[in-house]
Amino acid sequence: MDMALEVAVAAIKIFIVVNVVQLVVAYLIYVERKVIAHAQLRLGPMRVGWHGLLQPIADGLKLFLKEDIVPDKADRVVFVLAPVMVLVPALVVYAVLPFSATFYITQINIGLFFVLAISSLGVFGVVMAGWASNSKYSLLGALRSAAQMLSYEIFLGFSVIGPLMLAGSLNLQEIVHAQRDVWFVFYQPVAFIVFFVAALAETNRAPFDLPEAETELVAGFHTEYSGMKFAFFFLAEYASMMVISTIGIVLFFGGWEGPDFIPLPGFVWYVLKLSVFMFVFIWLRATLPRYRYDQLMRVGWKFMFPLVMLNIFLTGFLKYLFL
Amino acid sequence: MEIYFFYMFAGGMILTSLLMVTRANVIHAALLLVLTFFFLAGVFVLAGAEFLAAVQILLYAGGIMVLYLFSIMLMNVEVAVRMRQWHRQGVVVFVAAVLLGLEIWAVLGEVEFAAPKQWEWSLGATPGNVEALGAVLYTKFLFPFEVASVLLLAAMIGAIVLAKRTIER
Repeated sequence: MDMALEVAVAAIKIFIVVNVVQLVVAYLIYVERKVIAHAQLRLGPMRVGWHGLLQPIADGLKLFLKEDIVPDKADRVVFVLAPVMVLVPALVVYAVLPFSATFYITQINIGLFFVLAISSLGVFGVVMAGWASNSKYSLLGALRSAAQMLSYEIFLGFSVIGPLMLAGSLNLQEIVHAQRDVWFVFYQPVAFIVFFVAALAETNRAPFDLPEAETELVAGFHTEYSGMKFAFFFLAEYASMMVISTIGIVLFFGGWEGPDFIPLPGFVWYVLKLSVFMFVFIWLRATLPRYRYDQLMRVGWKFMFPLVMLNIFLTGFLKYLFL
Repeated sequence: MEIYFFYMFAGGMILTSLLMVTRANVIHAALLLVLTFFFLAGVFVLAGAEFLAAVQILLYAGGIMVLYLFSIMLMNVEVAVRMRQWHRQGVVVFVAAVLLGLEIWAVLGEVEFAAPKQWEWSLGATPGNVEALGAVLYTKFLFPFEVASVLLLAAMIGAIVLAKRTIER
């Protein structure tokens, strides 16, 4: 194919993906408000549109038009760059995610590794935001999140090794193909549990939302942010929730491939699985209380880390014996 | 095509490194160092070492630099900015830099570099060498690999011992 044409096609795909992701994220926030409201026997947003369906649009407009405040004592450059540094890695990762057999932006042979590497950069934005705000709540939130994300990144990285050993490839599309017969979650249940817990911690979701624990830290690292900059943090959180869910689906639930007896297009399977993941994320937030900081670290290093190491060892051992 | 990308990454690397060592604010310097790592990862990709590029970002940018920032954030940067930035050792540094530069020039002049491989670049796929790297690392270079791991382990234990001693006192 001609180089220019290839670049043009990729650009169109990127345009589609970025815009769809942002729209989906806006409605995810709506879904989250609705689900949590119903879990607490409330109705949630009801006023704007039918059952509040236009609420995300209204919220977006409100955030756009709000006054953009930069604190006097803040480090201006870093303060403005921080929301960008959070959102960009979250969106860049979509470049390698397989949405269906034919729709993806690109496939690289270090796909999964690329995802891990780029999404590990999200913590920079959080740390920059916390430091540049020059506020004690923000700084405490940033410190917490740096320690939390660094620790749980290790468990996340180790938990994907089990499925990787079974698939024998880092290319996400090939990992999907390797699960045509059996989803890896049946071979690797322990790895999946560790992966899911680490995913919750990586995306700062309840019960691990310590960096923004509103009961102690006002809003954590984004206390001082307002307007669109604040919205960027929100967009990034939900975008990376979808990224990590997609990785979970690809590694453990057969990606866009579904069982043969239900003939649905690959993309529909992907959306169905993603919806289940997203619902569980929100459901957990409505159900579980927040962990304390020392509990978080103890669970991570003293329980999940040995567990995931044992899983790698056993996987290698069994693979050597039976395959 | 690659050569333009190379100059872009290399130029970016030089620029950000220069900015990094001249900043008074340590946090800015650390962030610029992250940017330098990015450009370096770009150079690695051009050299066909995409695994190394990902490791560069995952470990150096995503891991080590976060730890650096973590510890820098705990100190008072505003005081550090007001402290003396120059040690008035410019002459010594200049002489050392010239000597080092000549040395590198002399050594690099004798090395014969292999001609760069011409990859068929496309957005669909990249040439892969992850499997080859893993195979070589765990067979031919197993011993150096293990030695490096033991060294790292020793450093880690040393750090823990030092940190624990201050806590107990």
